[in-house]
Amino acid sequence: MFVDFFYLLREAGVPVSTKEFLGFLAAMQARVIEPDVDQFYYLARSTLVKDERFFDPFDKAFAHFFRGAEKFIALTALDIPEEWLKANLERMFTPEELEEIQALGGWEEILRTFRERLAEQEGEHHGGDKWIGTGGRSPYGSGGYNPEGIRIGETGQRRGRAVKVWEQRHYQSLAGNVTLNTRNIKMALRRLRTFTREGVPDELDIDRTIKETARRGVMVDVEMRPARRNNVKVLLFFDIGGSMTPHVKHCEQLFSSARGEFKHLETFYFHNCIYEQVWKDEHRWEGKTKTFEILHKFNRDYRVIIVGDAAMSPYELLQVGGSVDHFNDEPGLAWLTRLRETFPRSVWLNPEPEEDWRFTESIRLIHALFEGRMYPLTLDGLGAAMDVLRRKSGPLPATTLAD
Amino acid sequence: MIDKRFEGTDQYIATKDLQVAVNAAIVLERPLLVKGEPGTGKTMLAHEVAKALELNLITWHIKSTSTAQQGLYEYDAVSRLRDSQLGDDRVRDIGNYIIPGKLWEAFTADAPTVTLIDEVDKADIEFPNDLLLELDRMEFYVYETKETVRARQRPIIIITSNNEKDLPDAFLRRCFFHYIRFPDKETMKRIVQVHHPDLHESLLKEALEVFFQFREVQGLKKKPSTSELIDWIKLLMVENIPADYLANLDLSKELPPMYGAMLKNEQDVHAFERLRFMQRRM
Repeated sequence: MFVDFFYLLREAGVPVSTKEFLGFLAAMQARVIEPDVDQFYYLARSTLVKDERFFDPFDKAFAHFFRGAEKFIALTALDIPEEWLKANLERMFTPEELEEIQALGGWEEILRTFRERLAEQEGEHHGGDKWIGTGGRSPYGSGGYNPEGIRIGETGQRRGRAVKVWEQRHYQSLAGNVTLNTRNIKMALRRLRTFTREGVPDELDIDRTIKETARRGVMVDVEMRPARRNNVKVLLFFDIGGSMTPHVKHCEQLFSSARGEFKHLETFYFHNCIYEQVWKDEHRWEGKTKTFEILHKFNRDYRVIIVGDAAMSPYELLQVGGSVDHFNDEPGLAWLTRLRETFPRSVWLNPEPEEDWRFTESIRLIHALFEGRMYPLTLDGLGAAMDVLRRKSGPLPATTLAD
Repeated sequence: MIDKRFEGTDQYIATKDLQVAVNAAIVLERPLLVKGEPGTGKTMLAHEVAKALELNLITWHIKSTSTAQQGLYEYDAVSRLRDSQLGDDRVRDIGNYIIPGKLWEAFTADAPTVTLIDEVDKADIEFPNDLLLELDRMEFYVYETKETVRARQRPIIIITSNNEKDLPDAFLRRCFFHYIRFPDKETMKRIVQVHHPDLHESLLKEALEVFFQFREVQGLKKKPSTSELIDWIKLLMVENIPADYLANLDLSKELPPMYGAMLKNEQDVHAFERLRFMQRRM
């Protein structure tokens, strides 16, 4: 009977497997809980969700499913498709009410304000006459008194009912994009480890010593081996163009973490786009390095991480002489293509919010060139990027841009 | 099969959601993975479950060097080698050199036990994967003696994690999961009361007030948590700090007495000093 719930959870992005679902059913059958809806919620959460980051989507899905609303709405998601909202709104109102709405400026006006408020508002809101919430006179919310109200996420009669645990959305702050700090960046970078034993044998190999001694009989036969080291090799390119200024802090953190984590690390700086030369020094005009030299000097097993907002005029990518601060003989895209061909394992980290990428032409171009291997500079994005750099084959996580 | 239910103890306040998670794990004999902010009583939970159900507790503390094999058994080849050179008779039986680990101990105990695998995220990323079969089937094979160790009764396994590393999906699927949320004021009151039953109501109220304000200070590296609060209150009681002193305390002007119990590093003390100019008392 909960199969629909199971699929709803998966649709909401909670990774539930069949095994976990069966576990949940077994727990129901074993009568672990008393017939109480709160306990039911706790049991479902504890058996189906294995990471607190998914508690919030779980709460939302749970609220939706067990309230029987028509369609699952992500209350905080700002990307509710307009058509859909309209279609639902029109069903909810009587013709008289619709007329009144027209008098107030019509749907467009209401929807526009709705989005603005949703963006402005932070917590949940109940009562009052401005914010989106419940029981108020604002046109946005549910259980309210305004005929042109937008009803969000619920159908039942609200007044007199206590707010349920899952409606309190305690775990909202734990969802996804946790703030970056040096420690969790390091943890993410640590995924990119390839341990190898190379070089001078300077460590006593106890297992082999014992094995060899036992095999030969009496005398202790000392065996040595090289120590285990993280051998991953990384080239890091930082954009230090003007538009990157707001992201300086995150980039610094990423840089200092990377320096601690990777033994073989080379850092280069560029301005907006990589052209025929990059800089070894943060103060851009020091330590020029020819990009060709980099392409020749480092071999294919180097991983390349480019950090930049990829926001520039398309001319900088596509035109000879399009660069903003010097005359380039070749367009930026040619250099990026070369880099990508030389280092197949390369990713682009973009500190701009992922939802905004699709609006910038240059991001679209670079995103396409990197075959979707562009990730936001969040913990999740960093994790995905490291997975791509580490794996040799198999399906790789890529980001997609909506049209 | 354990037919008792866990409902917290006189020393440990378990919220309803935690009780449900623990009981589900007991009934369905699945490991329970517990996460949460440091100091919210993850490790304590295992101790208290053992106490409440009157079972023995076996703890396996994980370090960065721990391997899954250590939890099962270790083969002491060096002793055997030495014994062989001394001509000891024990050497003929390899079983003499197999040292059972914590899980072995738990599997072969006479009564069911509560087994705590503490801070599983400290170990190598692959560590949890190496325990999949053992936790699933509750058995493992000893290659040296060619015997299979099977659990006589499935232990209640509680695993804690501080989220330093992501745990593999395959491992997560086999566990039930509970995230200990930072307690709200009501629960916190009850928690403090079980630890300091003779605490005066007014001091408790004021201390909690200061404590929750403290937690709201932005930019602290380590927010004080339950265990810090309990220590701090203990100090307040020892020093006989009166409740009205705390009530009149202006956090924007001075640090609370014994703040060292709550702020554990220098940067946080500095951060607090910088911020308290901007902070207004609510």
